[in-house]
Order: sequence, then structure tokens, then C-alpha cells
Amino acid sequence: INQFYLSHKCVHCSSASGHFVFFIIYATRSLIIQIHQFILQEDLNKKMLDGLLEFVKKSAASFWCRDDDWMSRMRASEIPTAALVLGVNMPDHTITFESMTELLHDSLTPFVASVQAKECTAMKQLMQKVLQRLMGTNVMVDEDEAEADLGFHTRDCPQKRVNCSLSALCDWYQSATKKSPVKSPRKRLSSSQSEFLQSPPVVVIFRDLEAFSPQVLQDFILVCSQYVHQLPLVFIFGIATSPSTIQRMLPHSVSSLLCIELFQSLSCTQHLATIIDKLFLTSKFHFKFSAKVLQVLVGIFLYHDFSVCNFIKGLQLSLLEHFHSQPLSVLCCHKQEALVHAQQLNDRDGCVMKSQTSLLHHPQGVCQKLLKSLHKYHKNFYPALRCLHVLTSILPKYPLGKQIRELYVLCLEKKVWETQEYDSAMQLIRMLAKDELVTCLQKCVEILTFCKSKKLKKVGQQLQDITYTLYASTIKCINHLHHPYSSFNYSFQTLLEMKECRRTRRKTPYEILRNAVVDYIDNLVKTHLYPPESQPLYEVWYYSSSGTVRRHLNATPRTSIQTALSHPYCYLQNEALKNDSGIISSAAPDICIIYKLHLECGRLINLYDWLEAYATVATAAEGKDPSAIEGGKVDELKHARFIRAVSELEFLGFVKSTKQKTDHVARLTWGGC
Amino acid sequence: MSPAKRAAEVSGLYVRFVGDAEVLEHIVERREGAKVPKGSVQKLLALKEDQGPQECEGSVGEQDYLDALGTGATAGEEDGGGGGGGSSGPGGSAVFTFQTAKRSHKMAQMASEMARAPGRTVTFCSPGSPEAAGSPSRGSRGAAGETRTPPKGRKVRFVSSTPHRLRKRLAAPNLRSESDSDLSPSHSEDEEDDDEEEREEKEELREAELTTPSKVAAAALYRTPAKKPKKGLEPSLVEEYFTAHASSKVTTSDRTLQKLQTPKLDQETLARLLDGKPSSYADEINQLNKEHEKFFSKWMLQLQLGFNVLLYGLGSKKPLLERFRTSRLLGVTHLVVNGFFPSITLKSILNSITVEVLEHQGSFRSPVEQMDFIMKSLRQDPSLQVYLVIHNIDGPMLRSEKTQQALGQLASLTNVHVLASIDHINAPLVWDQAKLSLFNWLWYETTTYLPYAEETSYENSLLVQQSGALALSSLTHVLRSLTPNARGIFRLLAEFQLESRDNPSYSGLSFQEFYQRCREAFLVNSDVTLRTQLTEFRDHKLIRTKKGADSVEYLLIPVDPATLTDFLEKEDAQ
Repeated sequence: INQFYLSHKCVHCSSASGHFVFFIIYATRSLIIQIHQFILQEDLNKKMLDGLLEFVKKSAASFWCRDDDWMSRMRASEIPTAALVLGVNMPDHTITFESMTELLHDSLTPFVASVQAKECTAMKQLMQKVLQRLMGTNVMVDEDEAEADLGFHTRDCPQKRVNCSLSALCDWYQSATKKSPVKSPRKRLSSSQSEFLQSPPVVVIFRDLEAFSPQVLQDFILVCSQYVHQLPLVFIFGIATSPSTIQRMLPHSVSSLLCIELFQSLSCTQHLATIIDKLFLTSKFHFKFSAKVLQVLVGIFLYHDFSVCNFIKGLQLSLLEHFHSQPLSVLCCHKQEALVHAQQLNDRDGCVMKSQTSLLHHPQGVCQKLLKSLHKYHKNFYPALRCLHVLTSILPKYPLGKQIRELYVLCLEKKVWETQEYDSAMQLIRMLAKDELVTCLQKCVEILTFCKSKKLKKVGQQLQDITYTLYASTIKCINHLHHPYSSFNYSFQTLLEMKECRRTRRKTPYEILRNAVVDYIDNLVKTHLYPPESQPLYEVWYYSSSGTVRRHLNATPRTSIQTALSHPYCYLQNEALKNDSGIISSAAPDICIIYKLHLECGRLINLYDWLEAYATVATAAEGKDPSAIEGGKVDELKHARFIRAVSELEFLGFVKSTKQKTDHVARLTWGGC
Repeated sequence: MSPAKRAAEVSGLYVRFVGDAEVLEHIVERREGAKVPKGSVQKLLALKEDQGPQECEGSVGEQDYLDALGTGATAGEEDGGGGGGGSSGPGGSAVFTFQTAKRSHKMAQMASEMARAPGRTVTFCSPGSPEAAGSPSRGSRGAAGETRTPPKGRKVRFVSSTPHRLRKRLAAPNLRSESDSDLSPSHSEDEEDDDEEEREEKEELREAELTTPSKVAAAALYRTPAKKPKKGLEPSLVEEYFTAHASSKVTTSDRTLQKLQTPKLDQETLARLLDGKPSSYADEINQLNKEHEKFFSKWMLQLQLGFNVLLYGLGSKKPLLERFRTSRLLGVTHLVVNGFFPSITLKSILNSITVEVLEHQGSFRSPVEQMDFIMKSLRQDPSLQVYLVIHNIDGPMLRSEKTQQALGQLASLTNVHVLASIDHINAPLVWDQAKLSLFNWLWYETTTYLPYAEETSYENSLLVQQSGALALSSLTHVLRSLTPNARGIFRLLAEFQLESRDNPSYSGLSFQEFYQRCREAFLVNSDVTLRTQLTEFRDHKLIRTKKGADSVEYLLIPVDPATLTDFLEKEDAQ
């Protein structure tokens, strides 16, 4: 809804420029992305959340119907705890926790409190936050002036004044559950109320366990364990690193009070793989990245933050850039719509079309035909890619990459069959054992038969026939069943050698068939895995400005400043500044000269010397003889310019004033010359 | 993160121990990689061959990354034009290397070199100059300096620099003959150790002078210590760093700005001098700024779509943001925050939001509560769009964790749009992963080359004479409204402070002593009266109180002595 609102705004503000069509499409597209993203998120974490829900339910149930056997009595004194291992990127967890809270609220209990380490630096605050969130009121903290502001609040509403202790919580819980049906302190008075258990569990979520102070956590657990018979408490720990954190933070005496069950969420790399798989490796979604953009975004993900949210942000940014900068992007939508737009575009201005490089060799007015072929190309591309990946991802050393995204990037970049890696992959496939080959081929057949393209369906049919023949062929030659090559222990080198000596021998029927299969696959690749650049109108779908994405998402401000200081010509195209690396002309802007001079100094810089050096350079730049200035005589203007430049350097953080020595500044950066 | 570890995460089975050495090697290669992608890719390929099949994913990814960065750089050049020059600049190694010990005389030398060829290009003293290449005798002497008494001819594995003072002493006679530059180390606390060291050094010096006195002295002047390790093994960067910081002494010349005939300029003269002097590259700078203005509509669009825009690059970005504001934001609710202002606080920002934007008249007792109120009201009213223009979000007063957290929370609201600028080279360190995700920045490089006129005018630069006009007038204004007794009390404190102006360890007048003096002068009759008086001073920021180590209160007037003298003179005149 929010997105719709924004898009509306957008259209409003830019309708004057006549570009609004792009923005309508953009807005709908981002909506789609968000929906996709949410579905993915839900799906991916569904297993974990279901398990968690089950766990909470079970522990709540066991609280009330206690059996008399020894085991459950032992258990009864422990607090049920779910440890969620979520991965290192903390900001990404927010969505997970939100959906979790929602889920618990909807189906199990109205009593959910979620706390973060930042707001709970002491036991008192933690207690206060938990109670506040559970009871939905302000909690009075006795004693002490630091928390006096809370006392103020309770003065306004004295009936809500509650002591901050767990016994108060117990009393409140008793009275809250006695009323039937259970009345939630928060909204949700709907039908879901009746679905709650008779006495819903009290869930406390610790969002970032690692950041809590161990002492606070220990105290809290100790206190809570005293009330475990009166309150059905359940803890949920959000853990970023590894489950052993719990052991590290809590001594045995405390951790033995917890009955911990571990839940593992999908790792972020798997999450990314799913997103790439669902959003890019499908012909349903028309916006695509070029190889470089994908590499940049995946690089940021793997080397900087492990954040799926940031990857999505990159995707949104590129979408925006694409629709903003590429006039043809109006055609980047569903086939029928695109054809209509193309018609309009043809009528209105053909020159837009003409300007595209990929259309140079095509006559005007064939746009619709080309668009159709573009759609068709993609319909065939992805199934073929998946087939190739199925075959190559089992090869030793993964010559074409282990993840499908690596193969995808390779195929986007160039004709994959012209690379050396492809050759070696094909050679390795030619050495596959029969059972491996058959399983792969069956997977391929599955992929091909489920795809929409008729052509590929036919290919799938043929492949299936070959698979059957392969299957049958083995009955004839049993001695090849246990092929040693499939073993991963053999290096590529030895495999090749062995192949060499086999060449002299007569080929078995299996080998002949296998070669036929490989040729078939090779043919499939060569017909369908052309890089998109070869297609006319590929600009419509592909966004290729990797530099823009990198600059906006992964900027290097310090490098930029240092470049501007040491190579002003990069920014100011004046011939006087042009020169080779490491050199600066005396005519450069003041701050550049000052910077260059300061690079020559050690940790401390004498201001007088600096000023003198600057004056020498500046006098020379004016065309006067620098030796004319005498010691101590610096003209006022130069002095002023010097002061300005030095204070600018100070402002930028290169130097700072120091009291170590009179009229000296300290240098704050290392090296640089 | 090492490739091994990442691979482990993917396969879930394979964990390999990675030694420190390997990690270091890895880092060093990456550093080089940033500069010359080709070479490092080859190296990584070599690495890849050594590793097991499980690691392929990691190393291939790495190569991809470098490739991507490399290609990104070229792409940046392609479509970046003037603005995209960042990629062709110095690589990571040039920006982030460690400091090497410097010759003290080098700056002047360089200046004269630059001056000798005005307008034309000048190379630095090239590193491979014959003097620097060094003779064998120098090498062993360097070793002597470092390891005190090594046997001659012994290979020294790591020698980075001779003690500064040794070089100084060798250099000093030579220098004095040429110019009057006199060098001395900056004084530090460890005076006791000095004598011992000096004695040792003297002995070595004598020993050294016995061998080849004149030649060595000349060579020592031109010695760049960083060169020497070439003979031995390459020292690691870490070692270089510690060598650069090993001695607390830095040799610089002793000359001070007092030698100038116009020692200090005050703020006004400075402004007058610089005003109206066009920059030498006005046309180019103008053009550069025109380029940035083309982004305005894009910024507006991106702001509306939930991104926030962050500008970086050399030069003041205030005029640019101002132009953006006047051209795009006039019709909408917006708030300008001058982050470089030395007295800006989070509270003042929040206050202006609650009072000016939300038109709420109540007061709040804590920023947290105020934040909650703002967030709640803005969420309730999505039609209210607020634009925050923050000049220097990295300003000294906004750097604290809490402030940035609060700003981030504001920025994460869908109807708050933030447009900010940063200037400090370490500004990005202000944000951690969590805050970055709150801010949702889009970074824009906007190098303007405009002077930071307004931003630096607040800084107490040691070059600028603080005229103290402002402080003086506020002092007289406040005091004029006080009772004669109160004025007397303040005067007492001011006089005492002036008396002890030469005492560097003066931390203020203790309350008890002050009370005694006031009693003696018949200014107060009980310490309660004095305390109420002091509270009034404190409220007007006339005095500052500090608790000493002995938990005694010390009182101080936070004004420099010159202003204080002026003030007293003025008072006397009345």
C-alpha cells in the first residue's frame, strides 16, 4: 500500500516531464519485487517458524498438564528456551523477528515481549522493558533518580502504577488469564482470541543475545527460574554467530536452568541463491542484470555485509536507474503490454529505437518482431542454463562453478562454449560414470519437460529416449559399471592420462552413447546459451551500468577526497593541471599544494616551515622569483590563503592542532606519497 | 573472512585452520589487488591450485570480485566522465599505507623544487636517487644505530630507521652551514631515559665519525630509511608502522610563527582578504558544479522512493545543497541542519521537528521520549512529508552513537527524507551495519572544490587570532545586569585567574578558597549566598565548575586571558 502511495506521488511530480509511463512500470515492478521478497522470506523461514511455534505450544502445554513421572518433573523446573541461529547480518533479522512476533500473536499468545540489548544495559531496565511490553503499561521503578522520569508518568495515571518485579507480573498474569476469554492487553480482540490456550505462554524474545551483558542475562534467568511454576515463561534467543555463545555467556549453573532447543535458519548465502534463482533465472521477471552488475552486487554481499536486504536495495536501485536512464525500458514488461508500447513508440519517435546500438543492423519497424524473439530467447535460455548446471555442478573442481549464479555470470559474459573451462567440463562429462550421468540426465529431462517452450519440450523428449537407451546399454557391458573416474580422489590430470590410453581401445557401446549425449548437450548449449548482448533489443531487459551501482552502494569517500587532492586534473579539466602521476603543478589549487607539502612531513608539522614552503610555491606560481621573499615576510593574502587551506585540511581530518610543541600540528594519516 | 571459512559455510562440512601468516598474505595480496587487478588475479589463481576442491567456490568468488571491481572501475571511467574520476586515482595502497619516517628538511626542498619550475610539472625527489641507494658502510651503520652494538657485517633482518636524534646530530652541522634552521626533538615526558640514550648515542656517533665522517654525514641527510630493508627481508607493514611510532620524538624545526611580521590574522581580516578573490579555476569549478546540478531531479525521485542521499567529495557541498533546497524543496516541509555548527545538539534538532514541523507545544523530558513522539506522529500522518537537509552529518557534535542512532531512526521513516553531506575522511566509520541499514544511503560523489568558508569559520584554528569580541561583549552584557556584589565576586575570580595565567597546571579556584576571599572582601556573608550567585553565573555560562581528583569543586572562567584582561580594563574604565 505504501509503495502504491509512493508511486502515486512519483507520477504526480514527474508527469510534467512526460516520463510518467516509466514510473508507473517502475512502481509496479518494485511492488512485485517486494511481494516476491516477502514470499521468499516467509517461505524460507517457514520451516523454522513452524518448528518454533510447535515448540512454544508444546512447552506451554507441558506447563499445565504435568505428568507425575520423574522426567517431566525435572523438566518442569527448567525454562523452555528456543535458540535461533540467524546469521551474522543483524539488520536482516528485523523482518524475521517481526513476522515471528506476528505469528505468535496471531496463533498462540498475546503475551510476547521483544527486547534488544541496546535498551537493556542493566537488570532493572531489562525487567522494566519486559514488563512494560507484556502488560502494555508504564512500569514504576522504585528508588533512584535516574529512572525518575518514569515516576512522572505514573503520576498521570496512578491506577496503572505497578511495581517492577516478577511477582507483580505473576499477579497480573493470574488476573489477566482468569478473565475468560483471555483479554489481550494490546489490540487483537478478534476471533483469534478464542483460539488461545487456556493459559497462554509468556514469550520473551532476546533479539541479539551476543550483545547482552552476561551478568544481566544471568540475573534475569535466575530470577525467572524462581517463578517458573507460576508463569509459563518461554525464552527465545536470537543468535548471530554460533550456539556455543550460550555456553560462553552463561555458566553451567545458569544454563542448566534452561531447556534449550536449537533452530537453524537458512544461511544467508542460501537465501541469496534462492532469490537469484527465483528472480533472475526465470523468464517471468523481465528485468535482468548484466554480468558485471551481478558480480558487483554479489561481491558486495559476499565481501561486505552478507545482507540480503542490501542486495534487494541494489536491485531496486538498478531498477530505478534502468527506468530512469534507458528510454527503451518502457518495453520491459509483459509481452502483450510491451507490444502495445512498442507500437506507440514506433508511432511517436523512431529515433529512440534507432539510437540503440543493438538495432544498428535492423530495419525500422521490426521492433515487435524483435521483442517477440527476445521473449522466446529467454524462454529457452534459462532451462538450457539449468540443464548445463545440473551436469557441471557434480564435476570435480567445478570448472564452471558450483553455484548456478557463477555459471549464469559466465554465460552472460561471453559465449560459454568458447571458454577453456567449458572444454574441460565437457571432457569431464565424457568420463562420467553411468549412474551419475543417468541421474543428471533425468534431472535435465525434468527441467525441460516442465518448461514452457515447445522446442525445449521436444529436446527433453529426445533426451529422455537417450536416457532409456543408456539405461539399457549397461546391461550389455557390466564391466563399465564401476567406473573409477567418478571418484573425486582422482585429479584431473590422471583422468586425462587414463583417457589418453583408452583411446587406443575400442569404444564400448556405453561410451559411444555417452559421447552422443555430450554432443547433444553441447548442441543445446550452442543453440540456446548465446550471451544476451547478441540479441537485438537486449537493452530493454538488461541493466549494465555496474559503475553506477558500485558508486552508489559501495562508495569510497576517502579515496575520492585523496584523489581530488593529489590529482586535481581528474576533476578540473584544465591543461595547467594535466601531468603524470605523483606530480603536482605549482598552479594547482591551494589546498592541493598544502596537502602535497604536508605529505613530506613526519608526525608533526611546523606551521612556520609549512607557510614558508607554501609561500615559495605560490610566489613561483605567480611568475615571480621565489628567492625574492625574505624570511618572515609573507604577504598577507598568501598568509590568509594558507590559513584557509590548513583549516580545510583540519576540517577534513588530515591534521589536528597539538600542544606537543608550539605552532605545530599533528598529522593524522599515514603514507600517501 | 578467509575463503576456507566461507567454503565451510557453504558445504557445511569442511573447516580448515588458517594460520596468521596465511591471513596476512591474503590481506597483502588484496591490497595489491586493489591497485593492479591483473597481477593479483594471477596470484589468486595460483592460490586456487594449491587449495582443495572444496575451496573453489571461495577463491573463484574472490577472483570474480576483483574482476568485478576492476571492470567496475573501467565502467566508471566510461560512463562517469568528469565525476567518475575516483576510480583512476590512487589505489588502496597509496591511500592507506603506513607512514615512513621523513626527512625533516624535505618539505622546504620540495617547495623549492616546485617553485623552480613554475607552472610546469615537477617530480619529487625520486626514490631511486643515487644517494638513497646507499653504500655498504651506510648499511652497517644503520644497523649500528638500531641494534646498538652489532658485530660488523652482520646481516640485519629488519632495520627501518635510525633514531631521529642520531640523524639530527649528523645532519645538524651540515644544515647550519646552509640555513639557520635549527632542529630539535619535541619534548616528551620521558626525560629521564633521554640522558642515558643520548650518552649511548654519543658513543656510537664517535665511533661512526672515526670511520668515514664527512661522507657518512652527507649521506645520512638524504637517507630515506624505508629504502634500507631492500637489503634484508621485506619488513611487514605492521613492523613499519611500529617503527614509525617507536620513538616519541619527532624532529622538526623550532621556528615559530612569532617570526612572522604579521603573526596572526583575525577572523575578520581573513574574511576580508579572501573575499572576492576568484579561484584560479573558477570556470572548471563552475562546470563541475553544473554537472552535479543535473542530479537534482534524480535525487528528488530517489528520496521519494525511500532512499536517502549522501554526498561526499572534496569541497564544500553547502552551496550545492542550498541550490537543491531553493530549487526543489521550497513548496514542501523541510528542515536544514548545520551539522558543522559547534553547539548543535540532537535536542535542538528534535525540538525544531516537534515545534516547527509537528507544531507541538509540550515539552519532553528525554530525547528518547521525544523520538518516540516524533516517530508516532509521523507514522500516524503519512501525508506529511518531511525533508531533512543535513550539512555535515559527520559534524563533531553529531558523531555520537546516540545521535546517529536517532537520526537513523528518523531516516528510516517512510515520510522522512534525508539529504546529507560528509567531509571528514573517516566519516563512514560513524555508522555500523545496523545504522547503515536504517539510513539506506545512496552515495553520490560531488567533488566541488569550493572553499569550506562557513564550515571552517567555527573552528578555533590556531592560526587565527581569536579576537574574543563576542565573548567580551557577552561578558559585559551579562555582568551589567547583575548586582554590584555579584560583579565583585566575578571580578575576584577573574583577577585570580589572571594572576595564575602562567601556571600551566592551574585548574581553577577551589570553592572553599573562593569563599574565604569573598568573605574577606565583604562580598558574601554565607556560603549559601555564594552558591546561589555561582548558580546564576553558571546558568549564563560565565563560569565552569570542575570536580578535582580530591572531589573539591574548582571554578574557572572559560575565556582566554587576553579577553579577560580587556574585560577588566573596560570595567576599570567605567
